[in-house]
Amino acid sequence: MKEHKITTKDVQHVALLSRLHLREQEIEDYTRILNDILEYFAKLNQLDTEDIAASSHSINMENVFREDRITRSLSVQDALSNAPESEENCFKVPRIIQDT
Amino acid sequence: MEFEPVIGMEIHTELATKSKIFCGCSTTFGSPPNTQVCPVCLGMPGVLPVLNKKALEYTIRTAIALNCKISEITSFDRKNYYYPDLPKNYQISQNYACLGYDGWIEIPCGDQRKKVGINNVHLEEDAGKNYHPETPVGEEYSLVDLNRAGMPLIEIVSAPDMHSSPDALAYMTTLKNLLQYLEVSDCKMQEGHLRFEVNISVRPKGSDQLGTRVEIKNLNSMKTAIKCIEHEIERQSEILETGEKVLQETRLWDEPSGSTRAMRSKEVAQDYRYFPEPDLVKVLITTPWQEKIKSNLPELQEAKKKRFIKEHELPEYDANILTSSKPLADYFEKCVKIHPNAKGISNWIMTELMRELNNREMEPDECPITPGHLASLIKMIDQGTISGKIAKQVFPEMLDSGKLPEEIVREKGWLQISDEEEILKIVNQVLEENSDTVKTILAGKDKAIGFLVGQVMKISRGKANPGIVNRILRQKIKSMQP
Amino acid sequence: MLQSAQDHPGYVKDQKLEPYELTTIQAIEKLQNRELSSMELTQSVLDRISRVEPKIQAFLTITGDQALKQAQEADKILALNENPPPLTGIPIAIKDNICTKGIRTTCASKILEKFIPPYNATVVNQLRNAGAIILGKTNMDEFAMGSSTENSGYKITRNPWDLERIPGGSSGGSAAAVAARAAPIALGSDTGGSIRAPASYCGVVGVKPTYGRVSRYGLVAYGSSLDQIGPIARNVMDAALLLEIIAGFDPRDSTSADMPVPPFTQLCRRDIRGFRIGVPEQYFTEGMDPEVESLIKEAMKQMENLGAEIIDISLPHTEYAIACYYICAMAEASSNLARYDGAHYGYRAENTDNIIDMYSHTRAQGFGAEVKRRIMLGTYTLSAGYYDAYYLKALKVRTLIKRDFEQTLKHVDIIATPVTPTAAFKIGEKTTDPLTMYLSDIFTISLNLAGMCGLSIPCGFTSSGLPVGLQIISDIFREEKIFQAAYMFETSTSHHKKKPSLESREAPNGV
Repeated sequence: MKEHKITTKDVQHVALLSRLHLREQEIEDYTRILNDILEYFAKLNQLDTEDIAASSHSINMENVFREDRITRSLSVQDALSNAPESEENCFKVPRIIQDT
Repeated sequence: MEFEPVIGMEIHTELATKSKIFCGCSTTFGSPPNTQVCPVCLGMPGVLPVLNKKALEYTIRTAIALNCKISEITSFDRKNYYYPDLPKNYQISQNYACLGYDGWIEIPCGDQRKKVGINNVHLEEDAGKNYHPETPVGEEYSLVDLNRAGMPLIEIVSAPDMHSSPDALAYMTTLKNLLQYLEVSDCKMQEGHLRFEVNISVRPKGSDQLGTRVEIKNLNSMKTAIKCIEHEIERQSEILETGEKVLQETRLWDEPSGSTRAMRSKEVAQDYRYFPEPDLVKVLITTPWQEKIKSNLPELQEAKKKRFIKEHELPEYDANILTSSKPLADYFEKCVKIHPNAKGISNWIMTELMRELNNREMEPDECPITPGHLASLIKMIDQGTISGKIAKQVFPEMLDSGKLPEEIVREKGWLQISDEEEILKIVNQVLEENSDTVKTILAGKDKAIGFLVGQVMKISRGKANPGIVNRILRQKIKSMQP
Repeated sequence: MLQSAQDHPGYVKDQKLEPYELTTIQAIEKLQNRELSSMELTQSVLDRISRVEPKIQAFLTITGDQALKQAQEADKILALNENPPPLTGIPIAIKDNICTKGIRTTCASKILEKFIPPYNATVVNQLRNAGAIILGKTNMDEFAMGSSTENSGYKITRNPWDLERIPGGSSGGSAAAVAARAAPIALGSDTGGSIRAPASYCGVVGVKPTYGRVSRYGLVAYGSSLDQIGPIARNVMDAALLLEIIAGFDPRDSTSADMPVPPFTQLCRRDIRGFRIGVPEQYFTEGMDPEVESLIKEAMKQMENLGAEIIDISLPHTEYAIACYYICAMAEASSNLARYDGAHYGYRAENTDNIIDMYSHTRAQGFGAEVKRRIMLGTYTLSAGYYDAYYLKALKVRTLIKRDFEQTLKHVDIIATPVTPTAAFKIGEKTTDPLTMYLSDIFTISLNLAGMCGLSIPCGFTSSGLPVGLQIISDIFREEKIFQAAYMFETSTSHHKKKPSLESREAPNGV
């Protein structure tokens, strides 16, 4: 882990990846706070983990499956019950910039 | 300067499981929107995925058939990006430990065969569908149907081992065939079971350096993929001719203009931030399990061909053609089950049926002539109810109307005349009207009998049973011999 | 499974106890003897809620009418059945990140203000099958991100022992409700200490089961590899009973353990003579409140009096746990919270004309500051170029931390530690610097990384009358050991009998 400082440009890029609209002041604040926290995270550099395996799960488990059987779906009403907008039994969303 | 293309493909195929990959919703095609969804595939708060064992086994089957090494431990990763047809805004896929890798498939290349490497085979979930209705400017919106979200997909990533559009076509066709034979997917193009992505670069012929790679997404048919490849080869070659550089980018096929265009979206580079899926546990694919799947593979092309030759007593030529695709082989066998004239059925399939399927770009199971219909037709010929010639007229009627051959024959009054008395009447009429020809025959020119047969057929409007006509005519002529 | 209420050392002659003051086990006995009806019990609790809510603000949704209807049904069952389901007629409060069908589930976030799930979490089905009655949904830190419940998108919950202080987080509402006798038992969730810390701050018992012991289906995910649902109760036996009911294999959760559920309530009642209790040196740090430290040490002496052996142990990677935890949790959270985008459910920002703007403004408006910070950090640590340095590194350190526990637990039965470095701090005291808040998780956080089970049990009070909790930890799937030690400790002390004197306090200004 290199000691890198996160810049406002980085913050803007991460905000785009996260789909979070940030105001100018927020970008400044985030840059400062994120830098502090990342500096703390760099503590892990003190440990040599060269030959250590990564644990993405806390308990070791394997081979959990379900059978290929059909179970009941939701009614269309229930499926759309929380939709902010819907039309013709579909979820309605603002214009997608069409790439297909 | 001459250029050669370097082509790799990514193919997504929808699996033929009954239920989705991580939940029990049905996978039936064409249902009304959002009628096959549940909290899990809707990505609602708090829901969790559970892996469909059949989907996994189909993936293992496919990887084995593609000569891949199978990962002893395979696991799932999250591919993070935002899109309204992806309700969780991440796709559960595989990145760090794909199920199959370093495989290959043989494709025909001219008279020979060549190997195309398979980089990896992995399992993932499909997204839903977006619709963009026509709206006035400024009021645009999109509609999302999540029935397809959560369908199981196998992605097959090839090595960049193809060097022409015929290569690519052979690859796609061979792979489609294999997937159908493996019974992991029906590969129905009209139901979107197969989707193609092309990675293509161009370099000077003979060079071993790779050119700049362009990615083209969302190609829904082999035809489109080929058009796209051919266009790209030209476009990139032209750029390189002028000394310019090809831009590394993702492009889309634009059907109306018959060309590719750059993507318009705001975000140019996608950072998928793959990380291990915490809600699923790893899968251990033991050797005994692999062996079991290998030994339980459905009958593949070679084996079926051999069986057709033996069981149905067909020549190799026929067996080759009939097994060239599984739907066709199935069609043939269904016919034979109803009416056991394998050779007769084979002939009709290889000539009439396949011609029509090709002309109409139709799959055997889309054909209005069902195996039952075709079997009936051939049975009618074999029983002498209609002649072979009439049958050739019935066939296009069947195709256009989807009606049973019996119905058509009845409506058109095309029943074969096999009544010997009736034929005798016509024969007598013909003999009378063609006394000169009769004399020629009696003088020794046997061949002219054919003309007389033709006359009988003409008068009977093709309905007379030619075999009987021939026999009766010859008898009569013999009896006229001095 | 059920003991007689009279056997319980905490049993007080009940003529003076209001129904809402009964423990769960006491209430069950009375309901089954028909001395008390579920309607009476539920009404008593609802009345209590309306009296104390202005002061503690523990609930986001109170389902009073529904609860009384369920109580009516429960009374019918109690009248007809010799052997009714174990929790028949008992009201329970549920943390608002656990999905309840037909009942608003907000995770204390504006982005889910109107979300009504069309499904129940598995644990809710289990509770209903056991006959329990849902009182309502409790306040929490937004999406479980926090250690004080101050990050709620709606309101601050106050510690019943001192209304100027935090109840802990993120299950602050559940802990405060139980402490204030506004619910006999409650469910919370624990990702980095979110059950144990509030239990400690509020003077009640809180249990984080082994990862996989309780189904996560229907628990709104924060850190998927760390989250667990667990009981919050006034004493060990109540907590053990609730865990017996909610534990068990769930085919809808791939990480759910296919293991039988031991009868915890029975296994509690075994003495701990010869128990080896490990006390890690790294858990007595500078910055720890001296009163807390001395209470923990007293608790260790008490354990020795009960026949246990105290052994010094070392968990050498403790100081790296916070960094490791937050990287793992934030990375998972950044992905888990991506679905809140206004497209299919939840809040949607108005006046946006394309989907990317809709996403960005919805999330900017719907999420609170801490949630946004964690999403940003999580996204950053997973992003191209930084994945290996942060996320992968943290996963490797996680292995080291797990090993610390695995190796130690070979030589000891349980590990005992403080729960938090201090007693409840004042509202607003740690909100200016997020990192300060994170550091208060130091004693609880490692357990989630390792998947082990742990509980918090009251072990005393500071000189200003604030509760302090003792944490007891055991190996995976060995919850019976922590219940055993906790129960023996509880029965030899009387901390659990104390209750906050809410009646004498006024609601704070501005509430």
